[in-house]
Amino acid sequence: MELFTEGDPIADTRAPDGPIETRWERRRFEAKLVNPANRRKMTVIVVGTGLAGGSAAATLAEQGYQVKSYCYQDSPRRAHSIAAQGGINAAKNYRNDGDSVHRLFYDTVKGGDFRSRESNVHRLAEVSVNIIDQCVAQGVPFAREYGGLLDTRSFGGAQVQRTFYARGQTGQQLLLGAYQALERQIGLGNVEMNARHEMLELIVVDGRARGIVVRDLVTGEVTTEFADAVVLASGGYGNVFYLSTNAKGCNVTATWRAHRKGAYFANPCYTQIHPTCIPVSGDHQSKLTLMSESLRNDGRVWVPKAKGDDRNPKDIPEDERDYYLERIYPSFGNLVPRDIASRAAKAVCDQGRGVGPGGLGVYLDFADAIGRLGRKAVEAKYGNLFEMYERITGEDPYEVPMRIYPAVHYTMGGLWVDYDLQSTIPGLFVIGEANFSDHGANRLGASALMQGLADGYFVLPNTIANYLAGGPFEKVDAGHPAVVEARRDVEDRIQRLLAVNGDRTVDSFHRELGQIMWDHCGMERSEAGLRKAIDEIRALREQFWQRVRVLGDGEGLNQSLEKAGRVADFFELAELMCIDALHREESCGGHFRAEYQTEDGEAQRDDERFSYVAAWEFTATGQPSVLHKEDLKFEYVHPTQRSYK
Amino acid sequence: MNLTLRIWRQSGPEDKGRMVTYQVDDVSPDMSFLEMLDVLNERLILAGEDPVAFDHDCREGICGMCGMMINGQAHGPQRGTTACQLHMRQFSDGDTIDIEPWRARAFPVIKDLVVNRGAFDTIIAAGGYITAPTGSAPEAHSVPVAKANADAAFEAAACIGCGACVAACPNGSGMLFTAAKVTQLSLLPQGQPERYTRVIGMVDAHDEAGFGGCTNAGECTVACPKGIPLNTIGRLNRDYLTATTKAAGKPGS
Amino acid sequence: MAVTGIILVLFLIAHMLGNLKSFAGQTAFDHYAHWLRDIGKPLLPGVWFLWILRGVLTVAVIGHIAAATALAMRARAARPVRYAHRAKVQGSYAARTMRWGGVIILLFVIYHLLDLTTGHLNPVGDPSKPYGNLVADFAPERWYVTLFYTLAILAIGFHLRHGAFSAFRSLGQQTPRGERRARVAALVFAVALCAGYLVVPFAVLTGLVS
Repeated sequence: MELFTEGDPIADTRAPDGPIETRWERRRFEAKLVNPANRRKMTVIVVGTGLAGGSAAATLAEQGYQVKSYCYQDSPRRAHSIAAQGGINAAKNYRNDGDSVHRLFYDTVKGGDFRSRESNVHRLAEVSVNIIDQCVAQGVPFAREYGGLLDTRSFGGAQVQRTFYARGQTGQQLLLGAYQALERQIGLGNVEMNARHEMLELIVVDGRARGIVVRDLVTGEVTTEFADAVVLASGGYGNVFYLSTNAKGCNVTATWRAHRKGAYFANPCYTQIHPTCIPVSGDHQSKLTLMSESLRNDGRVWVPKAKGDDRNPKDIPEDERDYYLERIYPSFGNLVPRDIASRAAKAVCDQGRGVGPGGLGVYLDFADAIGRLGRKAVEAKYGNLFEMYERITGEDPYEVPMRIYPAVHYTMGGLWVDYDLQSTIPGLFVIGEANFSDHGANRLGASALMQGLADGYFVLPNTIANYLAGGPFEKVDAGHPAVVEARRDVEDRIQRLLAVNGDRTVDSFHRELGQIMWDHCGMERSEAGLRKAIDEIRALREQFWQRVRVLGDGEGLNQSLEKAGRVADFFELAELMCIDALHREESCGGHFRAEYQTEDGEAQRDDERFSYVAAWEFTATGQPSVLHKEDLKFEYVHPTQRSYK
Repeated sequence: MNLTLRIWRQSGPEDKGRMVTYQVDDVSPDMSFLEMLDVLNERLILAGEDPVAFDHDCREGICGMCGMMINGQAHGPQRGTTACQLHMRQFSDGDTIDIEPWRARAFPVIKDLVVNRGAFDTIIAAGGYITAPTGSAPEAHSVPVAKANADAAFEAAACIGCGACVAACPNGSGMLFTAAKVTQLSLLPQGQPERYTRVIGMVDAHDEAGFGGCTNAGECTVACPKGIPLNTIGRLNRDYLTATTKAAGKPGS
Repeated sequence: MAVTGIILVLFLIAHMLGNLKSFAGQTAFDHYAHWLRDIGKPLLPGVWFLWILRGVLTVAVIGHIAAATALAMRARAARPVRYAHRAKVQGSYAARTMRWGGVIILLFVIYHLLDLTTGHLNPVGDPSKPYGNLVADFAPERWYVTLFYTLAILAIGFHLRHGAFSAFRSLGQQTPRGERRARVAALVFAVALCAGYLVVPFAVLTGLVS
């Protein structure tokens, strides 16, 4: 059977044309508005309370809409945006170092390896400056200079200092800003907050998204919730790999359920793998912890020259060490972009030269930096990171080199949206990491926070009005056949999971799925590997439905049941990711196909054949998906080959 | 290493609950505390027993979702460390470890080690914000903030809302949590207009939620995984006194 | 809590200074004791001032106990289910012994009033001879009384150490440096007050005052 079929091309009909710097303004002007008195009569559901969802819910409520917000955590403040460390980009040009909206736009399109939409990225760069203003007004304690003005630092993929930060906890501080704005609206009665609720199905009535089916994780009660529009801000799907830097609860269920109801899923194979994470220490490993990329500024990456050399690193003499990044990339050295550093680490480990348990790690050595700058200076710069490393590994990085290994960090793919951030289902909007729109095939550091807040504070609240102006829509009630069916599907699925009562735990399936994905759809993909993975995933999914063991019942808190539902959806997503990766016969950004590389091992794009967004349409379980191509046009930034030699 | 765990098991809010003893063998010192519980749970599931429910999410010490009393200490024996970042090398072979949920009236137990911390959200909703609707913000550089104030505000803002302060407090008070937010916002120029209404609103919400009163015992700051300093409570007290005794908030004040 | 506590602390200071009069000899001490009754004369009739003072102190004590009781009851209500594993104290012992310490101090104050104010429990018990009462009270063969007083005074010291620090905090002390200073000041004050109170009975015990 074919893995997929090809359907009609798709186009972003909302994107205005004309000079790029006027498009967002034009779109806002041309969009229809909803008058304040009517806003009160309209309800918007927002799923997820991270940077995108939290800021969108707060802003929509400020504008006067009735908002219902949902998150699976016990409080909206815990969404995984909170874990972002580095910073947030904005084209403020406070450094007078040649930054501008156009340069941020340019860097982002280039960083995305020419697989994103110019119009979207330009809008992102434009609103980036408003985000900083907004956050400062909310009391976000950004780092400041002695003069009281905001400090900025440089970050990967840019030659200007445009990254605003709050120590290593920028995501936390930005999220708390949005959370506080949201709590204010909750206090005012404009937002109905439903924490510990999980969306399990989308309700589509007469072709429009009109609500969701949710399960109250505490009582187990399944209810149907209605609205005039539904916004998904449910984050990325990195946990399909089981081990990732995502929070344990991050999942694809909300977006996958919407996909099954007709929303196209775009570029699922684009996955960002971060090079500096703490390696796996054993089978018990449940998640991976990111170490800030800034460590590569002073640390030197190396492995032993000889295979299987398990001597203490201190006993390995200089001439038996391979500083492979400095050797292969003499001009960028240890500072090559994330994808290149990650792949190089995998390559040396595949050669059997990896270090630490299982040979899955490389050294990040600070001995030189300590010798050159002194221990004090290194401590001042990286003290908290060294502490965290020691807490987790029990090793003192001042004495022994750190061990690092790449880990899944971010997913650029997501539900397909148009310029208005509306999916292919009218009334279903998708924002933040959950959509695919702005990062192309690779996301630059400090751009995820920017996109989440841009979507939530500034883009969606403007574009959703254009849709809602067509409302309020006819009332839907729980008796509508589409609603009854959606609800029954959810209840049946819960009963099916509980009824299997097999002999394997949910986690054991998830780990096995993750291993398949990591081996074949991770840093490096090949046709043979992907085909093998697809077969293995299908077989494992069948096993899952026959052998999984979920104890207890659906009434009340049942964490195994929650996990089982999420893993079931990951199985379906995993297959689509592999198919997407298989069909994209080129290497670009976070997608590296072994067959498509330059002579010296760099990613080889194929703009002739693959300069498009792959938007996948779901047909039926086990049936081939339909591929719709959205052509990408580059009028301002012309595609070139990246080189970091 | 081999451990004996005594874990609080409570099937639901109405259940009385009890400590139940489990034996866990072959624990690796490289495991995190929560990974050790994962191992226990996998074994319980295969044995047909209900796994232990506990809250967790990011497992990197920032989301604030995890939290349990480990041998009577909030988040366990290592200072400045959440339960998810606590590793088993902090324990020895043969240890007996008592694991209990946060205990506070304002944090009712949902199941086993899972409690409802919604009261913290209510405190924030009662004033823990700066009113700045989207789009209304002035240029970020229009108001400079002295670095010392910005740094102190950040220190207070590092709170992850985990509830360890309440769990450790002999009075079951949530004052450190409340004071951290009051301090952050009252140190910034943007927070001045609402400074006094904020502190009253938040303290009232704190008291109404059923938290105990603060007696400056100082257990909270020791238990706090982010080291929120106790003097934030002094700042809250000062703002509260000003707000209740002087004409703060009146026109011209 | 802080306000009533401060009133009581001021009284404790005055009381201690008065006690130290015992080193000035019997006449001076007795004179001081009688003078206390005459403060405010002729504006106020005799002993009135003392009764006003006693009134204020009683109100302060009652207020202090009421506030403490309210806090304790709130604390109890705030944690309806106790921990099975009781933690060791991580903060300060002084802070954790405020409640039981307070009860002990109250019992001591009652005894102390019956002993040296009304004289019911004093071997001499003559209100007109305070110096005599004092010396008889702490005589070497009544070492257990001295021991009891010592323990009670140490309890007061602990109570004051946290009480003074906590009062600074409640009244808005808020900087880290101020916190260190407040802690040191509270400690020094508590030690000084303890010492001031303890020298008298020990002086009697050792025969320095007789």
